[in-house]
Amino acid sequence: MTSAGRRLLHNDSPTPGTLPGSAPELLSEETVLEQARLLDITWRDGGGLWGWLTTVDHKLIARRYVVTAFLMFIAGGIEAAMMRLQLARPENTFLGPDRYNQIFTVHGTTMMFLFAVPIMTAMGLYLVPLMVGARSIAFPRLNAFGYYAYLVGVVFLYVSLFINMGPDAGWTAYVPLSGPQYSPGHRLDVWAQVVTFTEIAALCAAVNIIVTVFKLRAPGISLNRIPLFVWSQLVVSFMIVFAMPAVATASTLQLAADRALSTQWFNPAEGGDALLWQHIFWFFGHPEVYIIFLPGLGFISPIIETFCRRRVFGYLAIVLANITTGFFAFGLWVHHMFATPIPELGQSLFTAASLVIAIPTGVQIFCWLVTLLSGRPRLTTAMIFILGFFITFVNGGLTGVMVASVAFDKQVHDTFFVVAHFHYVLLGGAVMPLFAAFYYWFPKATGRLLDESLGKWHAWLFILGVNVAFFPMHILGLNGMPRRVYTYLASTGWGPLNALSTIGAVVVVISVALFVVNAAMSARVGRPAGANPWDSYGLEWATTSPPPNYNFVNTPIVLGRHPLWDTGSPLPVITGLRADRREVLVTTAFDAEPDYRHRQPNASIWPLFLALCMAEFWIGSIFTPWAVVGGFGLTLLGMLGWGWQSSRQIEVERVDTDLQIIDTV
Amino acid sequence: MRRSRRLHGVATCVVLVSCVVACHGPQNVLDPAGSPNRIVNRLFWSMLVVSATVWIGVVGAALWGALTRRRTTREDLEPVVDLPNDDKQRQTRLVGALIAGTALILLLFLVFDFTVGRALAEHPNRALTIEIIGHQWWWEIQYVDADPSKIVVDANELHIPAGEPVQVTLSSRDVIHSFWVPNIIGKRDLIPGYTSSIFLDADRPGTYRAQCAEFCGVEHAKMALTVIVHSRADFTTWLAAQRAPATEPNDSSTKEGQRIFLAGPCSSCHSITGTAAYGTIGPDLTHLASRKTIGAGALANTRGNLAGWVVDPQSLKPGVRMPSNQLAPKDLLALLDYLESLK
Repeated sequence: MTSAGRRLLHNDSPTPGTLPGSAPELLSEETVLEQARLLDITWRDGGGLWGWLTTVDHKLIARRYVVTAFLMFIAGGIEAAMMRLQLARPENTFLGPDRYNQIFTVHGTTMMFLFAVPIMTAMGLYLVPLMVGARSIAFPRLNAFGYYAYLVGVVFLYVSLFINMGPDAGWTAYVPLSGPQYSPGHRLDVWAQVVTFTEIAALCAAVNIIVTVFKLRAPGISLNRIPLFVWSQLVVSFMIVFAMPAVATASTLQLAADRALSTQWFNPAEGGDALLWQHIFWFFGHPEVYIIFLPGLGFISPIIETFCRRRVFGYLAIVLANITTGFFAFGLWVHHMFATPIPELGQSLFTAASLVIAIPTGVQIFCWLVTLLSGRPRLTTAMIFILGFFITFVNGGLTGVMVASVAFDKQVHDTFFVVAHFHYVLLGGAVMPLFAAFYYWFPKATGRLLDESLGKWHAWLFILGVNVAFFPMHILGLNGMPRRVYTYLASTGWGPLNALSTIGAVVVVISVALFVVNAAMSARVGRPAGANPWDSYGLEWATTSPPPNYNFVNTPIVLGRHPLWDTGSPLPVITGLRADRREVLVTTAFDAEPDYRHRQPNASIWPLFLALCMAEFWIGSIFTPWAVVGGFGLTLLGMLGWGWQSSRQIEVERVDTDLQIIDTV
Repeated sequence: MRRSRRLHGVATCVVLVSCVVACHGPQNVLDPAGSPNRIVNRLFWSMLVVSATVWIGVVGAALWGALTRRRTTREDLEPVVDLPNDDKQRQTRLVGALIAGTALILLLFLVFDFTVGRALAEHPNRALTIEIIGHQWWWEIQYVDADPSKIVVDANELHIPAGEPVQVTLSSRDVIHSFWVPNIIGKRDLIPGYTSSIFLDADRPGTYRAQCAEFCGVEHAKMALTVIVHSRADFTTWLAAQRAPATEPNDSSTKEGQRIFLAGPCSSCHSITGTAAYGTIGPDLTHLASRKTIGAGALANTRGNLAGWVVDPQSLKPGVRMPSNQLAPKDLLALLDYLESLK
């Protein structure tokens, strides 16, 4: 790369449209169209069902991921509604204890493992390559494999539920209740395997996002220009890499082994330890909460910036807050275990850590607040959901600070107070920003805008419903109502508040139904969006809506944190990637200078094949040890096929000479 | 007339509100009946005031900023401008101050919390000791004494004296349960393989309700414990009565009932002191008739409920370990007579 080009990329005050030092050469419209035509042929999938099954386009995979995960949100929501109906009045008989316990376990498992984490990583898998200006994601086949592994988990859990084999020991599956002695049958085996599938899927997504962010950024996106949403995805991906192996160890190597192979990890009678499970589970489980809502927080900055017409205040502070949260999240797990016999001095440490983590979250909220107050916002549906985030998440954060106190936590732990707390955090911190993101990026993915007036009904009803459903639970918890109870006596006096909470749940159901209608209609007949309907700044808005299968005709060059606002559209580009085969530009990790041209694999069936082999291996192993033998052979076959394709297709080539920086098209 | 109707309306509102936001009741954190929970309540109410203030501040600012100053869709989009340096510095100072304020509040809270933790951690050297063992889904209570003949075994009802600390040791026979008397003290888990102990410090005589707080299987919802706080004198009397062996059957019906109890399946799971029934799977029934509830708080201890429980416990508490018992009506009546005589 020329020194002029290098100077250009690190120029902090770029002049729009001109490139100092290089002789600008304009690409003619014909050249661009011809390039686009060739790229389309190269990146196109095969036709028909085979093409559908073999695609490795990150946008198609991510779209399926988002849709599947959202269906899981609806399934989990239906389960929640069933529980609320059961609890609407004392001694109700809508669900018996056995059915209720399955429903609440599947609700938690669905929402944590099959909805929240997958939908956040799926949003990342869609948006991150676009936001960093890449042709594709780093490992397209791994991406497809991750989705299919996740899908297997989804199908397996729901088939099990419908044949009365749904897990029933809570989404935390505490031993010894979940162990072989107290949960005979296959219900808990199902749980352990579903967790394994989703872990593998999350790890695939995390590795993919990390490498995409570090190596596929468009020239000029140095670390200090990475979009804030991408930062949150990066931090979360690292968290996944450290957190998920813990629960995979606990569920697969320990719980499943205790159940199937008679190991005694958790059996105190044989020298095992029941508390060990809680340590390992929460070492994953607490970071999990941040894994879910950090991407949620990541949605907020671009939305506020776009609709307030202001660059966000405190970019560096927000980035550091994300990283700090990622670190501290691993030092809090014992605050889920204050009621266990753990020495008080140790507990105090976790109280302090739990309070410290409120500071980075506070930093982000204050930064958004001053950004919001410095402009005059336009109150779109996305912005209303951001207001919902403030209303709801701040409440959840404050009760989170409260339960950091050991003495107070011992009173409300495992009660409806805690149920209220984490639903405020997750619905406020993750789901409301997620809906905001849907309204904001739906036009990018479909080319059509969601209906705003229906959207506003959805938003206000959702905010209202969530607060009516969950606020009373704080009081119920303080009034002594433990969580995970299928019924309660009238004499407890919990009836009226539970009825109120159920009314709130009905409002939530109505609002989500409005969204489903809105999405279904708008995808077909919504107002066409154009490339950049909100006049936003990110690279994802620099390509058409929906983006072509190769994302960008030429890789854009970025001269600031807000490319389209800094440089104006169209952006300067870099040329030289071949159009006749799938090539992506690999750049350096810190400064994003062009480094390699990497040839990516074409469409492939191996991801699906390998996911099915793995399904046979894990699911079959519940019923017969022979499944392990067969699964091992099939998996080996799948990996050989995968590697064989790689050896023929993937190449890396150093770039020094044939990439050229070209001024605007 | 109108005035009284209005009064009536006000009264209804007051009743409704107090019904909804309850600070009183036998199973309520906000109605402390002992000094540890009183301290926790003080902590809670101060946290609530601070939290509510912070919430109103943050959410108020966000809503004010977004709702009153919003740009309608008819107005043109504002161009993206960078703020002048003065404004940026003002923002920096504001955010800095807010963060410093947050850190200060958290620090004060931490100190407050540690003092509370310290106050709660102070334990007396000698105290009455009671052992509680968790079972799926009932509580076994043992009043420990150096003299084995004075040990009292009871179930699902905890009696303690007011005004003196009681040491409770907790363990579990099967899965994890959690002991929690909201009015008196926070939770402590009963974990198999671990024995832990806490101090109950009740100062207001009365009857309180406790419920298992850790999900423990199918009937977790119906694993309640009645906690009765006596004056010291009443407690001594009660304990003495419990130390007595079971009432001997004194008429033909109760004698027949005892025979059915001992000959039938009952005695393989339950024990009654002074008889040949030693079962340890279910609760000890030596003084069954003196208890307020049956089925671990599931039902009031009445003759009708007891009859239903003996014959078909599965319909009253589905999943409970006790099997159904097909008894001839005459035998059932005799058995009930006997059980009801176990004062």
